[in-house]
Amino acid sequence: MSTKNVIEIKNLVKQFSVGEGYFTALQSVDLSLAEGEFVGLVGPSGSGKTTLLNIIGGLDSATHGSVNVLDKSIEKTSHNERAEIRRKNMGFIFQSYNLLPVYTVYENVELPLILNNVEKTDRVKKVTQAIEWVGLQDKINSKPAQMSGGECQRTAIARAIVHEPALLLADEPTANLDAENSHNIMKILSKLNTEMSTSFVFATHDEKIMGYLKRIIHLEDGRILNDKKISIPKFS
Amino acid sequence: MIKFLAKGLIRDRSRSLFPLLTIIITVTLVIFGIGFMEGAMNNFLQSTAVISSGHVKVVTKAYEKESSQLPNDLALFKTNKIIQNLSDLYPNYFWTPRITFGGLLDTPNEDGDTKEQGPVFGIGIDFHSKTSRQIEIWELEKYLLHGNLPKNTNDALISTKLAKQLSVNVGSTVTLISTTMDNAFTTYNFEITGIFNLNKGQVDRQMMLVDISGARQALGMEGAASEILGYHQSLYYNDNEATSMRNDFNLTISDSITKVLRDEASYDALSYMNGWNMISDIEKRKLPRQRTDALSDNQMYDNNEDWEDLSVEDPAIYAPTMIALRDASQLASMVDFSNVAMGVMAGIFLVIVTIVLWNMGLMNGLRRYGEFGLRLAIGESKSQVYRSMIIEALLIGFVGTLLGTILGVSLTYYVQENGIDYSEAINQMSSDMVLPNVFYAKVTSELYYIGFIPGVLATVLGTMLAGFAIYRREMSQLFKELES
Repeated sequence: MSTKNVIEIKNLVKQFSVGEGYFTALQSVDLSLAEGEFVGLVGPSGSGKTTLLNIIGGLDSATHGSVNVLDKSIEKTSHNERAEIRRKNMGFIFQSYNLLPVYTVYENVELPLILNNVEKTDRVKKVTQAIEWVGLQDKINSKPAQMSGGECQRTAIARAIVHEPALLLADEPTANLDAENSHNIMKILSKLNTEMSTSFVFATHDEKIMGYLKRIIHLEDGRILNDKKISIPKFS
Repeated sequence: MIKFLAKGLIRDRSRSLFPLLTIIITVTLVIFGIGFMEGAMNNFLQSTAVISSGHVKVVTKAYEKESSQLPNDLALFKTNKIIQNLSDLYPNYFWTPRITFGGLLDTPNEDGDTKEQGPVFGIGIDFHSKTSRQIEIWELEKYLLHGNLPKNTNDALISTKLAKQLSVNVGSTVTLISTTMDNAFTTYNFEITGIFNLNKGQVDRQMMLVDISGARQALGMEGAASEILGYHQSLYYNDNEATSMRNDFNLTISDSITKVLRDEASYDALSYMNGWNMISDIEKRKLPRQRTDALSDNQMYDNNEDWEDLSVEDPAIYAPTMIALRDASQLASMVDFSNVAMGVMAGIFLVIVTIVLWNMGLMNGLRRYGEFGLRLAIGESKSQVYRSMIIEALLIGFVGTLLGTILGVSLTYYVQENGIDYSEAINQMSSDMVLPNVFYAKVTSELYYIGFIPGVLATVLGTMLAGFAIYRREMSQLFKELES
């Protein structure tokens, strides 16, 4: 069975203005990501992994080069088109969860479906299923302030996958969690990756989660140092 | 999505309750502040208007020149006719005759000799006409401490201070010693039916109020009055209207009569004097000569350099002229100053609260950059986020302003009805100005919409400004703020 690429990046350069000069965050990055991959962008702080993640997510623009995500050329799309791609085909997970504090778990998870104009009955079904996936049935009416960090991150995962996106981008998803919670989160994500056709891209420098990754791309000073596929991950 | 956002808005007190309370309080303060300033200034002007000037008043030109001497020999005649004409010309105003006079008030002992004697400032007002609003505007039912309002020609009310000075009570008889309008000596007995305290500082220190019929009998002024005072039906002084009315009257009526009085041959002028013919005829044919002769005998007005183009020989000195409140009691600068000061104070007040609410809108927007970053990440467009911010600000601003306006107008109305009593402070002042002891606010039409400037406009503009940053920032920058 042939798999198509969800991400195609060629000769990507990203520069930021600094005073009268500029700082190069990414240079000559070439990258392809196939459907269903479970990839980690790994490297020290300032290596360019978050910038690369932002460009893939259409949150930032490339200075040079081409970025194709889900068969759409990101540099040729408008803000609204990028918003639509994110709304329909992408999920985001953040280091600090970024749940809306006044809403319950159910309501936080429901938000992407509301934005996609999903019917109420479908919403109930999908939200309930997503919450079951992450094992938060007993917290469905809790608010973020009433939950632990691990539970908040599981809620954020449910929110990211509730609309079954083609691509899930996670920026340091375990950085604020202890070892046990980090493993729990990665187990959930890796299970979802197996059960769904969603591709996962992580930006991380957390050693704990490396064992779950099926492909590790090392970044340093804005360049890809190496790109290694792992046939049998340690925690598969 | 709207339902989802509304749910968040209601639950997040920092987004709804706090801004709402801030707007309510601010709008209430703006409305009450402006209403109170407006009311206080109107109280001050109204006190002067009631006691001495009216919103406008009509006197003879000569009376105007010598008004400080209460010169009843220069009074107006045929006042009923003049009042009728004024009512026809200016129906928004009601007109009332007034005689002001000075003299001595004498209280006799059991033998009929003088027990106490003191100067009196007497005012003859129209107590008894069916259409008279004098009891209302003097608020005599409120300020009458003892006794009753005058019913008969020789009934009188006196102030508490004068009653104390003369050791008299309700039921006492007092004798006015004064001069008639023909400058003859006169005495007249009044019976005190009531004692009042106007709560207007030192103004009523020597005051006696009598019905105008009593004053006319006492001073030999049948059909005459020192002044005819005009008040806007709403009792609210509008300086622009009053001055334009005064200009109109003096140009079209007063000058015409002056011309006729000076030139008996110019009958043409009478044709556009609209009802003033009768007075003019009387004044022209009989009274000027008689009164001018009387004046010539009386050296009182010889020193009349201030009369400019008028002289005691000039019959035109009896032509009626209109004076606006701002012309009387040197109030022009006070009125101008108060108008400017009120405008400036209201403006500053408005600007300050506008900045406060602008800032609140701005801070509220900035505080939520993280939330906006998240919403953008999960697929809302910038315009959707921006629009929802504005709708939210508009909603909070409108509800807050509405509640603030209701509260502000209610508070202003309460103070309009009940007032704030400054008696102690006012009584310690030794000013000649007519200062009210109780200041009342005033509910004006502008109070119903002025709150929307800071309440809605500033809040929404502040939010819009905060929202511009969403457009100007790279989304990744919003994300950094989201993560921070």
